[in-house]
Amino acid sequence: MVGVLAAALVFGGCKLPSFGFYPGATTQGRTTFQLWQGFFIAGLVVGGFVLILILWAVFKYRRTSEDIPKQTQYHTVLEVSYTVVPILIVLVLFVFTVLAENKVDATPANPGARVSVNAFQWGWEFDYPGGVKVIGQTTQAPTMVIPAGTDVQITLQSLDVLHGFYVPQFNFSRYASPGYKTTFDFNVLHPGTYRGQCTQLCGLYHSLMFFNVRAVTPSQYAAWLRAQQALAQLKPASVPQLPSGVKAGSSGANLSTSGSDAFSD
Amino acid sequence: MRSVTEVLNPPVVVDQPHGAAAPPSSGDHGHDGGHAEHGPTGILKWLTSTDHKVIGMSYMITSLVMFYLAGIMALLIRLQLTTPHATLLSFNQYNELFTMHGSLMLYLFAGPFAFGGLANYIVPLQIGAPDMAFPRLNALSYWLYLTGSITMLLGFFVAGGAASFGWVAYAPLSGATSSPGIGGDVWIMALVLTGFSAIFTGVNLVATTFYLRAPGMTMFRMPIFTWNMLVTGILILIAFPVLTSALIMLFCDRHFGTHIFTVTGCHLVNGLPTASCGSPLLWQNLFWFFGHPEVYILALPFFGIATEVFPVFARKPVFGYKGMVFATMAIAALSTGVWAHHMFTTGAVLLPFFSFLSLLIAVPTGIKFFNWIGTLWHGQLVFTTAMLFSLGFLFAFLMGGVTGIMLASPPIDFATHDTYFVVAHFHQVLFGTAVLAGFAGLYYWYPKMFGRMLNETLGKWHFWLLFIGFWVTFMPQYVVGLLGMPRRVASYPSNLGWQSYNIVSTVGAFIIGVSFFILLVNFVVSWRNPVPAGNNPWDAHTLEWFTTSPPPHHNYTHLPPIRSERPTWDYNHPDNLTVHHGPSKSPPKEKVPVA
Repeated sequence: MVGVLAAALVFGGCKLPSFGFYPGATTQGRTTFQLWQGFFIAGLVVGGFVLILILWAVFKYRRTSEDIPKQTQYHTVLEVSYTVVPILIVLVLFVFTVLAENKVDATPANPGARVSVNAFQWGWEFDYPGGVKVIGQTTQAPTMVIPAGTDVQITLQSLDVLHGFYVPQFNFSRYASPGYKTTFDFNVLHPGTYRGQCTQLCGLYHSLMFFNVRAVTPSQYAAWLRAQQALAQLKPASVPQLPSGVKAGSSGANLSTSGSDAFSD
Repeated sequence: MRSVTEVLNPPVVVDQPHGAAAPPSSGDHGHDGGHAEHGPTGILKWLTSTDHKVIGMSYMITSLVMFYLAGIMALLIRLQLTTPHATLLSFNQYNELFTMHGSLMLYLFAGPFAFGGLANYIVPLQIGAPDMAFPRLNALSYWLYLTGSITMLLGFFVAGGAASFGWVAYAPLSGATSSPGIGGDVWIMALVLTGFSAIFTGVNLVATTFYLRAPGMTMFRMPIFTWNMLVTGILILIAFPVLTSALIMLFCDRHFGTHIFTVTGCHLVNGLPTASCGSPLLWQNLFWFFGHPEVYILALPFFGIATEVFPVFARKPVFGYKGMVFATMAIAALSTGVWAHHMFTTGAVLLPFFSFLSLLIAVPTGIKFFNWIGTLWHGQLVFTTAMLFSLGFLFAFLMGGVTGIMLASPPIDFATHDTYFVVAHFHQVLFGTAVLAGFAGLYYWYPKMFGRMLNETLGKWHFWLLFIGFWVTFMPQYVVGLLGMPRRVASYPSNLGWQSYNIVSTVGAFIIGVSFFILLVNFVVSWRNPVPAGNNPWDAHTLEWFTTSPPPHHNYTHLPPIRSERPTWDYNHPDNLTVHHGPSKSPPKEKVPVA
């Protein structure tokens, strides 16, 4: 019931507070955000109800005399109802979870762009079609350039230990594991730069394993990719360039280019 | 307002309710008077004893030392995070400290304190047994645990420092390539030792509850604390062998050239492993197949403590006793099928299955909550320190439980996994159980163990500082986690607005630190100026309060009739009997001598 109520509020289009969550910069992130709102409200209602019961008991039943209270042990109706009602709440929460997770986890057959991400100690390599590579590590966070408004498919793996690919504003993270590849999609709603970071402990410089995701318009992306592919064919081991206003890194890995505008726009 | 002395000396005197021969009183002899005639005394007693009470106390003292050490590590961690780019600790030192903080708290404090310590001491008393079923095995358990604990700490003194791959030791970071130091091996050996200790104690406790119950003590008359320890023991037998085997496999990977958890060195095709390769994911599956039951191994004993404390200080029986038992069993059963909710973001687990089972655990946990509230309802509550700690546990666990339901939903987990949101969640759960409920147990049973009271005023200072510090520490961590701060980072960017939350959290941690200093003062006060406890200072319900404080060697000279789950209460309050589960409507007044 609580879940239904919460869901009705959320999916009824009411303007709800964000409850501390990012509203989601991708369509998938939006879905997760709405699910969070529903769970938060359900949590507030159920948690608040239990909290009031506890507080009521604590303040109402303070010991006032030495009389021994009624030695109640069982109340079948009550016990059955506080077993059945939580089961129903859980079922509702589960239905909304499955609906949301199917959207978040969907990998459409024909994405607008594909990027292979290789995580390593302690940096990231973004591989594009045509031999284009963007690599950066601790001192020079790399920037993944992708088109906004279309599906982008990421194939993720690690070259050494576990890492975590996490973009807070996308409301999404995924482990990068050695030995198997994992695929997920996101569709960034608006052009912009979004910060990302490794979330899975990966050794000494785990704290410094940053990256950025820069979403540009599809035409800008196409132009950028063509330019990079041309460069990559000209000089296979050369330094790819970022679209605009980004200084290339002067140190770091041999193929390093990076977005030093990590937190500016 | 009731004075402390009234609280400590309730008007119902346990010794002379019917003018029958009183149980032996402890008021007039020393704290170890009962042991004097049996075996060695002094330090030799502690080294050689197979008495479950001595071993239980050894466990508790050792685990409290571990708790304080791990607490100091937590304070160092919090100090480091007060500023974005702190240089108090190097990255490596920081990684060592959070690894050891987690390892000490989870492996060497929470479990051993409750299961090796309290359960060891209390369960035989609660079921009217003279000792554990296998007293020598019990001693072996303790010495394995102590050896393991020392081994764990030795990690700090070996070349390369202590283990720094986190308490979960995810492969392949924990392998020889990424963590070549001896610290990792020392960590593995320590856990193998303490793992065997836990398994042996589990065997012992299960055998004790099945075979050594006193006449009349049927399964459904066992106190909930004993029930929870029995179920915990079974969970230990399910979970710990998996951890121990996985650790041995990890050791083989590190030293004997196996590739169980690693893909390095094996033949890859298109970057993908062939059949000859190991799987890092296998470690996560094995670890969490241990790790999630472990969460309940660390929770159920503390639920049991709260379930002892609430009825006593509400002067009512446990509400919904049988529902409570079945809820405990349901939690244990479900806990073996939810491990992969720690692995939602691997992209390699069946999300709906693990999500549904994880959400479902809320149901039996909810039953427990309502049973606790039902126990308080219409009671006559008195707020002793033990009661305050138990109530504090309720609030903390409510918050940890609600955020736990959120995390059981994979999309929300995707967004918050490995951030401070999760750190705040599991600290609220584990701190709520192991610390708030755990120290409720200490305040509640200390008079039984030592025959003297802890000071209630100092106890209340301890509680309130701890409770305030708890919220100040962990609430900001939820917020900063939602902002995107990952866990296990030694530094963080200064321009993201995370620092203020971290400062508040650090202040909270130091408030907690002060509260535990007060506990030490309380120990000293009770030792210097003993206030005799008598047999049953709380007018408590269960069997252990019938014997002397501390109990004599082999625990009982006489037992009251056991006709319900509250034999001591029934003995002291013949007009307010617990509902009987036996054939007799009116229990005989005389005591049954121990065979």
